[in-house]
Amino acid sequence: MPDLNPISLWQRLLAAPNDSRGKTLTMAFLVSFAAALAVSSAAVLLGPRLDANREAERRARLEALIAETPGLAEVLPGSGIDSLEVLTVDLRDLTLADAVDPAQVTELTPDEDIAGIGTRPDLQQIFMARDGRDLALVILPVYGQGYQSTIRGYLALGPDLNTVIGLTITEQGETPGLGATIQTPGWLAQWPGTQLMDEAGEIRVAVVRGGGTTSYEVDAITGATRSSNGVQNMIRFWVGPLGFGPVLDALRSGDL
Amino acid sequence: MRAALKPLFDPLLRDNPVTVQILGICSALAVTTSMTTALTMSLALTAVLVASSAVVSLIRRHIPAQIRLILQITIIAAMVIVADLILQAYAYAISQRLSIFVSLIVTNCIVLGRAEAFAMSHPVGPSILDALGNGAGYSAILMVIAFLRELLGFGTLFGATIFPTVAEGGWYQPFGFMLLAPSAFMLLGLLVWALRSWRVEQVEPATTHVDREEALS
Repeated sequence: MPDLNPISLWQRLLAAPNDSRGKTLTMAFLVSFAAALAVSSAAVLLGPRLDANREAERRARLEALIAETPGLAEVLPGSGIDSLEVLTVDLRDLTLADAVDPAQVTELTPDEDIAGIGTRPDLQQIFMARDGRDLALVILPVYGQGYQSTIRGYLALGPDLNTVIGLTITEQGETPGLGATIQTPGWLAQWPGTQLMDEAGEIRVAVVRGGGTTSYEVDAITGATRSSNGVQNMIRFWVGPLGFGPVLDALRSGDL
Repeated sequence: MRAALKPLFDPLLRDNPVTVQILGICSALAVTTSMTTALTMSLALTAVLVASSAVVSLIRRHIPAQIRLILQITIIAAMVIVADLILQAYAYAISQRLSIFVSLIVTNCIVLGRAEAFAMSHPVGPSILDALGNGAGYSAILMVIAFLRELLGFGTLFGATIFPTVAEGGWYQPFGFMLLAPSAFMLLGLLVWALRSWRVEQVEPATTHVDREEALS
């Protein structure tokens, strides 16, 4: 009859030689178990605080975006940020997803890849605001290759999904004083009112030297042609057929 | 009394883990652009070091020799994850600035080094003192380097303006190099040099002999 009394079992374990197979396995198990218990209890106990912190971070970013984009605060109906709806869209089939998964990407051929991003993440988060039942505002995340860095920003579109309400650049590492001008309020102030497409649906928006003569054009930065082109190409890509173009069409027809 | 407190005070200067043993310098370089992040990192490392040394010392008589390193790493890794979660819960902004460096405490040689070299062979009390001493020694070096880098690089200390910078209408032109990683190498090198000139016994004997003529040929 084997001795199953836990206290004597424990004493036998403590007394066993350290290098015996049984004790090696038991110690490995006990230490891993204690470690797992410590980590999982910390995660569970601190979970609500962590979620609250992440949510606050996301709100702070959105608030900064609204504060930085010229003209955005006035367009938002109701109490600012709370009226923003977040949608995670799968760009492949326009279904809604629960969370962004950076691992799901579509390879772009060099011809398609005008923004210079290599692969396109399929799941994208977009922000919308509704005024009653009508769409008031859509905010699209955009990014692309500039002269020497990746330019990231948000493009806010009005209810017709063709008129720019504002562009904000959240991240860029272009040449200070030249390309970095794309992030200055003065240059970004040209964007509100710009049209993306003509009646035929052709993408016409452009950043050109001496521009601003038509409603599709924005004046480029002297001495920073490639940064200017970077902004133009990233917007053309993301409102185009491989970017949010199909999403915008679906929003227009009320399918999404 | 002096002998009992030796594990606590020795690592501060005479056997400092960073300047004498040259351990843990990766994080010492990465988080020292501001005093706030350096202090947070120092506290996190000291907490992990004390907790893991205490646990390892507590079970030292029952750790099988073949799997002792993996057991130590398991204990340290668990402590680090808990410390990281606590930081994220109570100091979210700072934890974002420290990014991966808190998680990388797992691979910080000081922690595993103290567990293996001291806690495995000493009772809990001295192990905790040794961990505190080494944590303080690491923290002291981090604070010195962060003091110089933040003061010269931004003109601030703990975010409070000391030298008003030109950009804000003051007179101080920030020394941008101090914000780049190589400056931390240089400051650490200068610090080690200064300490070893003062305390000559810390100079290591040369381990490689380069033949002058061979080197020149």
